[in-house]
Amino acid sequence: MQHVPGVDRGRVILYALSTCGWCARTKEFLADLGVGFSYVYVDLLAGEERDRIVREVERWNPRLSFPTVVIDDAKVIVGFQEGEIREAVGA
Amino acid sequence: MPDTVSDGEIDRFVRDLDREAEGGGYHLNPDREFTRGLVRGLLTNQGRYGYISCPCRLASGNREDDLDIICPCDYRDPDLFAYGACYCALYVTADVEAGMRAVGPVPERRPPPEERERQKEERTRVGPAPGGLKYPVWRCRVCGYLCARGEPPETCPICRVPRDRFERFM
Repeated sequence: MQHVPGVDRGRVILYALSTCGWCARTKEFLADLGVGFSYVYVDLLAGEERDRIVREVERWNPRLSFPTVVIDDAKVIVGFQEGEIREAVGA
Repeated sequence: MPDTVSDGEIDRFVRDLDREAEGGGYHLNPDREFTRGLVRGLLTNQGRYGYISCPCRLASGNREDDLDIICPCDYRDPDLFAYGACYCALYVTADVEAGMRAVGPVPERRPPPEERERQKEERTRVGPAPGGLKYPVWRCRVCGYLCARGEPPETCPICRVPRDRFERFM
């Protein structure tokens, strides 16, 4: 999990694929908002670590689609939804 | 895993995809930088898995399991019809390409693994069923091209006429 420093708006985690255009846009968008967040490229993981993270994503988003943003272990946003992300991080 | 793709490879593949798409009545996203990013993803997946798995979906690495998400995926055409873009927005409809319609996020329509397995079994069980067709058959009134799918194509792949030149055949 990589961390991008920024304003603390809670625990913001972005589950993404390194090859996905909407994931890239979501990551840029979070960075532009200036909020601190962590991200992980699930396609670059292997073995047990990948299985663990896949289960984690599935818990929030059973369709296992990307990007999936989880805020404070409570709010889940699937897909590049600018409005929802902005609102959820209060930016 | 060889994840490095050169700009030259991307340029060539974008050109090839564009030619094929236009030749079949499909359109690549006119946002060139966005499209290049997705094509980089396709080539990265080619290097990783040996096939151009969808860059916006998590591939298993097993070709048999990923067959439905090899680009162009099984879900491209229904998503073009419903949203004007495929799941990745690599492919878009003509009005999107022309800038007359904006695309938003396309929800994932790929069924979860259990459902895909069930559908696969169903496909292997179902043979040709005269009188009980699974899809309507559409006919191009200009060239007679027939296709069995939920909706006629946006453009006839044979003679290039638009959707409204199709009629229900069966």
